[in-house]
Amino acid sequence: MDAFLHQIFSGLANGCIYGSVGLGLVMIYQATHHINFAQGEMATFSTFIAWALIQSGWPYWAAFFVTVAISFIAGLVIQRIILRPVEKSPVLTNVIVFIGLLVIFNSMAGWIFDHTIKSFPSPFAQKGMLVTPWFSAHEVGSALVMLAVLFALYAFFRFTPIGLAMRAAAQNPDSARLVGIRVSWMLAMGWGLAAAIGSVAGMMVAPVVFLDPNMMGGILLYGFAAALLGGIDNPGGAVIGGFIVGVLENLLGAYVIGTELKLSVALVLIVGTLTLKPDGLFGKQVVTRV
Amino acid sequence: MTFKTWKLTGPLAAIGVAVAALTSPAFAQKKYDTGATDKEIKIGGISPYSGPASAYGAIGKAIGAYFDKVNAEGGINGRKLNWISLDDGYNPAKTVEQARRLVEEDEVLFVFNTLGTPPNSAIHKYMNAKKVPQLFVATGATKWGDPKNFPWTMGWQPNYQSESKVFAAHLLETKPNAKVAILYQNDDYGKDYVKGFEDGLGDKAKTMILSKLSYEVTDPTVDSQLLSLKATGADTFFNVTTPKFAAMVIKKNAELGWKPVHYLNSVSASVGAVMVPAGPENGVGIFTANYLKDPTDPQFQKGKEWDDWLAWMKKYLPNGDLKDANNVYGYTAAQGLVQVLKQAGDNLTRENIMKQAASLDMNLPMLLPGVNVKTGPDDFYPIEREQLAKFDGKTWVLFGKVYGR
Amino acid sequence: MSTFIEYTKTKQFRWISSALLLVALLILPFLFKNYRVFQFNLVLVYAVAVLGLNMLTGFNGQISLGHGAFFAVGAYVAAVLMDRAGMPYWSTLPFSAVVCFIVGWLMGFPALRLGGHYLALATYAFALAVPQLLKYKNIEGWTGGVQGIVLSKPEPPISFSFLGQPFSADRWLYVFTLAVAALMFLLAWNLLRGRVGRAMIAIRDHPIAATAMGINLPVFKSVTFGVSAAFTGVAGALGAICVAFVSPDSFTVFLSITFLVGVVVGGLASIPGAIFGAIFIQFVPNVAEEISKSAPWAIYGVVLIAIMYMMPSGVMGLLKKIWAGMQPATRVDPVRKS
Repeated sequence: MDAFLHQIFSGLANGCIYGSVGLGLVMIYQATHHINFAQGEMATFSTFIAWALIQSGWPYWAAFFVTVAISFIAGLVIQRIILRPVEKSPVLTNVIVFIGLLVIFNSMAGWIFDHTIKSFPSPFAQKGMLVTPWFSAHEVGSALVMLAVLFALYAFFRFTPIGLAMRAAAQNPDSARLVGIRVSWMLAMGWGLAAAIGSVAGMMVAPVVFLDPNMMGGILLYGFAAALLGGIDNPGGAVIGGFIVGVLENLLGAYVIGTELKLSVALVLIVGTLTLKPDGLFGKQVVTRV
Repeated sequence: MTFKTWKLTGPLAAIGVAVAALTSPAFAQKKYDTGATDKEIKIGGISPYSGPASAYGAIGKAIGAYFDKVNAEGGINGRKLNWISLDDGYNPAKTVEQARRLVEEDEVLFVFNTLGTPPNSAIHKYMNAKKVPQLFVATGATKWGDPKNFPWTMGWQPNYQSESKVFAAHLLETKPNAKVAILYQNDDYGKDYVKGFEDGLGDKAKTMILSKLSYEVTDPTVDSQLLSLKATGADTFFNVTTPKFAAMVIKKNAELGWKPVHYLNSVSASVGAVMVPAGPENGVGIFTANYLKDPTDPQFQKGKEWDDWLAWMKKYLPNGDLKDANNVYGYTAAQGLVQVLKQAGDNLTRENIMKQAASLDMNLPMLLPGVNVKTGPDDFYPIEREQLAKFDGKTWVLFGKVYGR
Repeated sequence: MSTFIEYTKTKQFRWISSALLLVALLILPFLFKNYRVFQFNLVLVYAVAVLGLNMLTGFNGQISLGHGAFFAVGAYVAAVLMDRAGMPYWSTLPFSAVVCFIVGWLMGFPALRLGGHYLALATYAFALAVPQLLKYKNIEGWTGGVQGIVLSKPEPPISFSFLGQPFSADRWLYVFTLAVAALMFLLAWNLLRGRVGRAMIAIRDHPIAATAMGINLPVFKSVTFGVSAAFTGVAGALGAICVAFVSPDSFTVFLSITFLVGVVVGGLASIPGAIFGAIFIQFVPNVAEEISKSAPWAIYGVVLIAIMYMMPSGVMGLLKKIWAGMQPATRVDPVRKS
């Protein structure tokens, strides 16, 4: 029983990681109706920037917030400069641009920071007050951080004028323009926010999985699964989706099918769930009028 | 001419002919195959500079840097080394393409230190069919030392199975009733290590090994596997993971409070890349076997060998990570090759390259004391010796005998 | 100029240009070294694979990030039949096609319920699961597990020399692959220009209207998935024969993404576009490596983005625009129009 509980808790901890990546994906989707394949690599690159700052002596939290700010600006700039030209192009053209960004970020990270793994510090003291028998201090800390981000996002979209404007711009760009919302800038802000969330995710993940250019490669699929399982337009759903994916992954591997077929079973699960609930567990059903 | 000079012309002519004969190309000892000339030797290499195994791309870079040093110091027998190193992204289909390019387009003399078992497997038949040396492959799989069937392929490092047999032997000596759990990477490297370990335990393998679980390189963490392994109640743990995962494992075990007798494979034994990020106090008591000096191990950071290596790093690989054991690996492998080329002299045919590679008997500065490089016509395993070491929180303390041939 | 354009529309021109093209293609392998011919073979293989994906994604609108898995299945079927059952290489192609058709058709069922991004995720998960499946220890005896299967390269059935170059294994494989690719392209063209093709496009553009018109959506969509998978599976088998090696590491998720890149760069819903897409995915990484040793994939990414800016509808989109621009302008008499 002990081991079983432990697997679940470990799954929840992993789920935090997946959920935070999923949050970034949902963010971009809500703002632009595209799925950003480069989300993982951008997060990794941001984490490298933070690492470089810490290496040159900056205290952790200073590096943390500066990295978030830099990532926000970078996301904004990328949308304005690189994505603007293909805004009106078909979906798949945008997908290819995202793939281009993915390989560029991955390659640049490897070139600038090289491929050996680096350790990234955790701000949550190993033996501090957050330690519990089931979770390490860092796991608790990063869960709290992610929830904080989630609530901040919720508050931002619900209660601030800019948040409202962004939601309007994504839902109905033409009407939004008619009421004076600068839709292009809303898209750019969406990217900025997603990049910022991604950098937070990266900095929370790196102490666990260690930092190298391919850090997010394996995690991205699980982030996707988390976002889609929870409904691609629902940030809370992404977090819950993350927990579900994390726990299921652990339980499947440990008790059901063994580690050698884990991915196949995960595939069947994802497909099965989506077949039963095509808009994700918590997604809004999209009805198209004929 | 006078009569006197006439008498001299004969012998003079004879001497002249003799001199001409000895210096003309037809009678000189120089022999070349494609890729070798008076001025240079073209050497091909294929490394994963991108993709999932990109961490090992550092080896290719280190080799290039060592060749730069050799060239700066005049080359070998007056010839510069031209290192053409291509990326295959650890995709065997791409390795085939790059190998064909090196052999057929760039026309290299031989291919050196290709990395990974699947990539090397993909070109194994081709290289032997083309009779181009596939020299000192950078993998520990056991199948590369087969001169009878594949005379053009030679391994380099101690193969994984012999290393895990060392662990098995040690375990049987010290803890014959141990209960063992194994975590391994689900690829050729992981499976090879596991096989050697099971073979080393012999009949007792079935009773001693309680559980062996695998993970994929794409898995984000291995926490779930560790939890399962711990739950079996095993008191011994064989860790067949690559550096990133090894660090995660050591850290997680400490967090879980699991302190088994821990054998760590040499691929992930770097102090700087694994033990320190994992938390050095968490690694105390872990066993490994090694054949190379770890550049982050304080006990080796002195002496002429260290000074030479450090000077080389600073001058020729200034962006290289001083903590990365790959840089020692590449340095040592390149030195092995340089010795082969020196021995070949002016006979730079592919056949002679293989012949010289199969007649090595030397020590190299960054190999552990007691570990040597030795090959023969039937022995295509250059490095076979390893020594056990135990981590004391700072460094790997060598103990016991040197295993292997 | 316009008379030349008129001439190109005639049947005579078509026959002559096709014949010339055929001769050029057959001479091509003898003008280059074996290694280049090997690369041409890979281009042909990828062209068929990209064509398969284009049928599904371009013509039918179902996005797939998992076609690398079908490529892998086709390759392994061929490899296992050649290595374990001793079958001759050319006979493995129909088996790969059939097996992949079945797998693709089965994938088509859940795909019916999934749209857009969800289908992308499901196929992405499929692409990840297949390499792990191939390593599964219970079928290791067949698949070779992590070590893969080493194959022998087929020898040419006749030997001769032309233009000073022998008819090597690579050149024979070129002819073989060219023939198979031509056949596959012909099949695709036939399929797509008829009722089936129009139904597929209708489903892509207006699924509800298509159903209303009597097209059986579920049947069509899953059969399209199957056919698309079969095409890519045949490409996989050809690839296994040309490379003479299969292993799980050859078929990562990146391969699936690469095929998608090939489809979009070549041009969605375009059959000849597959060739341009294949040329891109085979040669641009090599060119990028020439340009930059330290960050070649960054160059690749930049080229990719630049191409998307310049030709958002792919190479064929651009070519069509240029071609349309060169047509003589037809005047519409405003008076007689009504």
